[in-house]
Amino acid sequence: MSLINLTLRIWRQSGPEAQGAFHTYESGPISTSMSFLEMLDVLNERLILSGEEAVAFDHDCREGICGMCGSVVNGKPHGPEQKTTLCQLHMRHFKDGDTLVIEPFRSRAFKLVKDLIVDRSAFDAIIAEGGYVSVNTGGTPDANTIPIPNPTAEQALDAAECIGCGACVAACPNASAMLFVGAKVSHLSLLPQGQPERNQRALAMVKKMDKLGFGNCGNEKRCEKACPKGISISNIARLNREFMKAVLFSNEK
Amino acid sequence: MSWFLSVFQSSIGKKYIMALSGACLSFFLMAHLAGNTFSFLGKEAYNSYAAHLHSLGGFIHVLEACLALVFLAHILTAILLFIDNLSARPTRYAVSATDRSWSASTMPYTGALILIFLVVHLLNFHFASKMISTADQVKTVLGNPPLGFFYLVALSGLTLHISHGFWSLFQSFGANHPQYNRFLQRGGLSMAVILGALFMLIPLLALTTDGFLQ
Ligand code: HEM
Ligand code: FES
Repeated sequence: MSLINLTLRIWRQSGPEAQGAFHTYESGPISTSMSFLEMLDVLNERLILSGEEAVAFDHDCREGICGMCGSVVNGKPHGPEQKTTLCQLHMRHFKDGDTLVIEPFRSRAFKLVKDLIVDRSAFDAIIAEGGYVSVNTGGTPDANTIPIPNPTAEQALDAAECIGCGACVAACPNASAMLFVGAKVSHLSLLPQGQPERNQRALAMVKKMDKLGFGNCGNEKRCEKACPKGISISNIARLNREFMKAVLFSNEK
Repeated sequence: MSWFLSVFQSSIGKKYIMALSGACLSFFLMAHLAGNTFSFLGKEAYNSYAAHLHSLGGFIHVLEACLALVFLAHILTAILLFIDNLSARPTRYAVSATDRSWSASTMPYTGALILIFLVVHLLNFHFASKMISTADQVKTVLGNPPLGFFYLVALSGLTLHISHGFWSLFQSFGANHPQYNRFLQRGGLSMAVILGALFMLIPLLALTTDGFLQ
């Protein structure tokens, strides 16, 4: 195990309306086996002991599956490693003496709550518009009663990998949520169970996305690069098709 | 009508407008280049191409009007998108990404350069007095160093714009498949470079070769 010392420039803001600023901290010796969030835990314990307020950051599972964590480290959401959430990012990827600038996700649709925490309930609002399938209750159906070709199931599962962390919005130069919405629409619209609400889903989710103040996709692919789950922009292309098909060929308004 | 408006006020509707108008402009660009390659064949060939174009009469005016509408749609939608995208992130990052794509990140700026170029270009040729032959007009305008260099700079901007745009419009239309993604990306880039290089050859020749279009 080796130890590294880092300089941390962290965005501190006591509340949504408060004036924020960067504060600089010395990390002290950090084990390279720690995760990024553990490094912040170490800093916070020291801050608490010295009577300062701990740095607020979001986290839950710390195993890369819940989508709660995420900050922008040196200009990259979830830090420099590809396909890695911040909680799964290990300190061995940094060098002794590095300076890390840690900022919250920035978007008009994600209001800042405190320090590094932003309110991502805009994503929940989009899901509520169509990110579901309606299923009648009844006896449990047998497995495999509905045939789904394997490549289709794979595509749907790839899209379903999205953990809704918001890194796509944070990475997009236009703060667009198209990768998230593309993943959710793809995931359900590829599967037989998603067919009845297919057109309504595409229309309603896009409408909500626009209303919440996300930006417009410019096909720059920053989202795909930042996504900790490697969601492909082919899902955005599918979203574009789903939306136009619904507009031109369905009875939904 | 309200249905139409609501579709094209949506983010994806605007994307389709950009892609559709971008595709039309790309077709225009290819046709315009094809016409202008007659300049490489000499003064006679070029003037005869110009004469044929003008002999189309009313039809050419209809095409011009359509082209103006397409330009207007592309530019107005681009401005709406640019403003909305700026306000979608009210607080900027202190550290911004350094590995952004050159062509994609400069779309609004190369677009603005093309707009300035468009005005200059129309003043140079469309609204110019038609006292001398088209070939002489080209030679005079592009052989004038400040203007010739401006054309070169603007055409580099155009090349950058379409090097992203050619691929981007397919993605906007929803055409994305592992079967042809590489073809679209490489094909789009190659087309942009070939188109840009051939266009730039015209001011380059006018600036450097005395015998060009003589
Ligand atoms: C006249 C001035 C022009 C301006 C202000 C302009 C502006 C823009 C902007 C801002 C975008 C990016 C839109 C986005 O973020 O989705 C764009 C895309 C594009 N432009 Fe232009 N542009 C101009 C001229 C042209 C010309 C002459 C061509 C034709 C060769 C062209 C072809 C394209 C294409 C193909 C796209 C991609 C569309 C897409 O992403 O779906 N543009 N333009
Ligand atoms: S804390 Fe759950 S994904 Fe990082």
